Amino acid sequence: MPDIGLGGAVGFWALATLSVGAALGVVLLSNVFRAALALVLCFVGIAGLYVTLNADFLAAVQILIYAGAIAVLLIFAVMLTRDTQRGSLWNRYRVAALLIAGLFLGTVLAIVLGTDWGTARLLSDAPTTGGIANALFDKDAGFVLPFEVASVLLLAAVLGAIALLREG
Amino acid sequence: MPGLSHYLALSAILFSIGLFGALSKRNAVVVLMCVELMLNAVNIALVAFPRYLRPGLYTGQIFAIFVVTVAAAEVAVALAIIIAIYRRRETIDVEQIDLMKR
Repeated sequence: MPDIGLGGAVGFWALATLSVGAALGVVLLSNVFRAALALVLCFVGIAGLYVTLNADFLAAVQILIYAGAIAVLLIFAVMLTRDTQRGSLWNRYRVAALLIAGLFLGTVLAIVLGTDWGTARLLSDAPTTGGIANALFDKDAGFVLPFEVASVLLLAAVLGAIALLREG
Repeated sequence: MPGLSHYLALSAILFSIGLFGALSKRNAVVVLMCVELMLNAVNIALVAFPRYLRPGLYTGQIFAIFVVTVAAAEVAVALAIIIAIYRRRETIDVEQIDLMKR
């Protein structure tokens, strides 16, 4: 297995603990606003995990879009609805949901830990932004059409949100 | 030392936490937060696979970027729907939003 150094290992375990703890906070905290803040913490932890995976561009995207834009939108929604005062309640499927999530987790963990992934010997430490751009806009195997479709999707989503929220 | 299986296990744990929350919460905004958690968990796996199996291949990260884009669009529309429902019915409790079941 390639060596990413003691710092990488410590960073991984610290960030993994932070992310899982914050994710548990999102589900278990009874105050909706605190759950939203825990979600921001989880997003930041995942951005750190991207750094340990040498995905510098994605780490920046994660902070900008998730911890920035999406978190602000979610906190706006929390503050605009009065259900927040009742707290984050459970519905009647709590036990079944725990069972399903536990079954899923057990299955995936059994598969992941039971497979020999044959990890590559050499890990690249090069910056990824240029590589992503080249792969995204490659003439033959690029993602130019999905890229344009994504921009149309964003425009449609913005227009749809405005249309939904206009009075009348 | 953390390897691919560590990242995949972490991804699975985060996804399961999100799945549990999305299925068992009553506040629609919290359900949406848990869906975001699940999308993030998938992104970790998408970035970890090429990092350890095919270094120098960026398709996984590009997929993750598209997931982030679609998630941003999804959050905007979903929150607009939640606020619109709240205006009409004064609640965003997913157990009380059952108009189509009647």
